[in-house]
Amino acid sequence: MDINTFLAQFVSGLSVAMLLFLISSGLTLIFGVVNVLNFAHGSFYLLGTYFAYQLMQLFNNFWVGLLVGAIGAGIVGMVIEILFLRRIYGRAQEGAFQLLMTFAFILILDDVVKFIWGPEYKTIPKPDSLMGSFNMGSVMVPTYNVFIIVVGLLVVLFAWYFLTKTDTGKTVRASSLDRVMLGLLGTNVPMIMTLVFGVATAMGGLAGVLAAPLRTVTPGAGVEFIIDSMIVVVIGGFGNFWGALLGALIIGEVLSFGILWMPELATVLTFIVMIIVLIVKPEGLLAKKAVGRK
Amino acid sequence: MRKKRWGGNSTLKKIKDYLPWIVYFVFFVGILVVNPGTHYIHLVARVIIFSLYAVAFNLLYGTTGLVSFGHALFYGVGAYITGMLVKAAGPEYFLLFIILGAAGAAFVSIFIGLLTLRLTGVYFTMLTLAFAQLAWGLTFKLYHFTGGDDGIQAIPKPAMLTGGVTKYYIFSFIIVTICMYLLWRIRRSPFGSVLNCIRQNPQRITFLGMNVYKNQLKAFVISAFFAGVAGGLYAGLDGSIHPDMLHWPTSGNAILMATIGGMGTFFGPVVGAGILTGLEEIVGKYTEYWSFCIGVVVLIVVLLFPNGVLGIKKISGNKNNEEKETEVVCNS
Repeated sequence: MDINTFLAQFVSGLSVAMLLFLISSGLTLIFGVVNVLNFAHGSFYLLGTYFAYQLMQLFNNFWVGLLVGAIGAGIVGMVIEILFLRRIYGRAQEGAFQLLMTFAFILILDDVVKFIWGPEYKTIPKPDSLMGSFNMGSVMVPTYNVFIIVVGLLVVLFAWYFLTKTDTGKTVRASSLDRVMLGLLGTNVPMIMTLVFGVATAMGGLAGVLAAPLRTVTPGAGVEFIIDSMIVVVIGGFGNFWGALLGALIIGEVLSFGILWMPELATVLTFIVMIIVLIVKPEGLLAKKAVGRK
Repeated sequence: MRKKRWGGNSTLKKIKDYLPWIVYFVFFVGILVVNPGTHYIHLVARVIIFSLYAVAFNLLYGTTGLVSFGHALFYGVGAYITGMLVKAAGPEYFLLFIILGAAGAAFVSIFIGLLTLRLTGVYFTMLTLAFAQLAWGLTFKLYHFTGGDDGIQAIPKPAMLTGGVTKYYIFSFIIVTICMYLLWRIRRSPFGSVLNCIRQNPQRITFLGMNVYKNQLKAFVISAFFAGVAGGLYAGLDGSIHPDMLHWPTSGNAILMATIGGMGTFFGPVVGAGILTGLEEIVGKYTEYWSFCIGVVVLIVVLLFPNGVLGIKKISGNKNNEEKETEVVCNS
């Protein structure tokens, strides 16, 4: 393989990684702060895509779709958190019930999408300004992929700033450490959890809109993506924001190069990576506390 | 202590103990007497096979407290081994092949159990999911070996069971009932009590000088074996199997069936299997959006009846049931 193919593949892997990061950072944020493993995160990705599709039918503007897709998914996420998920926090065997409830939301939301927009394939075109491709040395890179990478990096920067430099961000981090103490200090913890859930699902929706021009839009699209994002979260360490970034980079590149080298086994490769990580370092690459059995 | 709890002195209590079995026989034999037509017999055959799958899963989930999200793997392995053997060697030894399929599932589960059970909680759940998805992906890709996304079609049945689904239903019923009885005995054995205690108070088990990991592994393998039997039976029902049997919704269905019916009871998963299959059938007739309805049912169950359909009476009758049970099991 010459260096050009390698570079092209690397950049395409990077754009996949950024999409995965947008979804899995939301997942990991929800897990870290709200302590819920949100299996339905893919459905918010899906909602974002379809909201954007609807808006583009009306206004024919990609940027309006992008904005509304993300915000719409976030609002639906908050409503679901307030009405349903809040009721099962702290129950015995909570994990199983979370799994079931979010599984139920996959079934419900995917069918709602199918009901409203129909089961057939939809397309969202790339915006005109991001058509064409970039010339990086001797490698041609689609502008849209670069755009995705830039958006991903912006989200990383913004999240870093928000979580480490602002008071609200510190409260969010505190609530993932000790919820009860934070409540005693006068913070409205349920509201923090709802907000985090909203922001995280909005990021899922954003990823949905961003990915739409590269993939076909179908009611089953969310489920395909969620499994890969789960793997990212597991590899990076549950609830670890930077772990999600590292995991996304690994999985994005594995997917990208896997298709090149082992097209037969590309889909299986990600699971193999996950299994290896879980066996060697069960708590994830960047997590601190051990979860395995002694 | 054990005798006091399980044996019971009054005959009334004994009858109460066996009441679910009576209902079980009345329903599944009664359906033969009523004979509502091939379509419904086929439906009930599916219910009974799913029942075994769900009850086997519940040994892990409801009893031992391990949320596996990869049980489809064992169900699918059982089905594929049975299907491929029947295709290769002819249907004469169908029963033997089902047992071989289950043994294959159990064999696979030893390795997966050894690796996954090192983790706890959500990590265990994710790792089981990963293994099942890995197997699903491989089934898809190894076209020459497993038939890829076509699955295996036209699996023959032995001469005894061909012609009419009723014969196959009776065959499934007998096998499932034997397996159910075995699982029931396992759950009521001292080993079953150990599993119960692992869910409620794993430290206690360590204090008692027993090994949590080993016992969990045993439960994992037993559960996989019976899930494999269910898979093998399903392979014969329609004579066709496909990779979707290993996909994660199949694993999710096991959790759904066990929870809807009541994971704290032995027969809960049977009720859950009936409800889920029935819903699919009834709702599927009127609309293609049946998964929406299943989702709503699951939401209602999770929010309002967390103990499942068979667990409803427990809440109203005896609030501290779970606590009492802990005491009895752990002090024995």
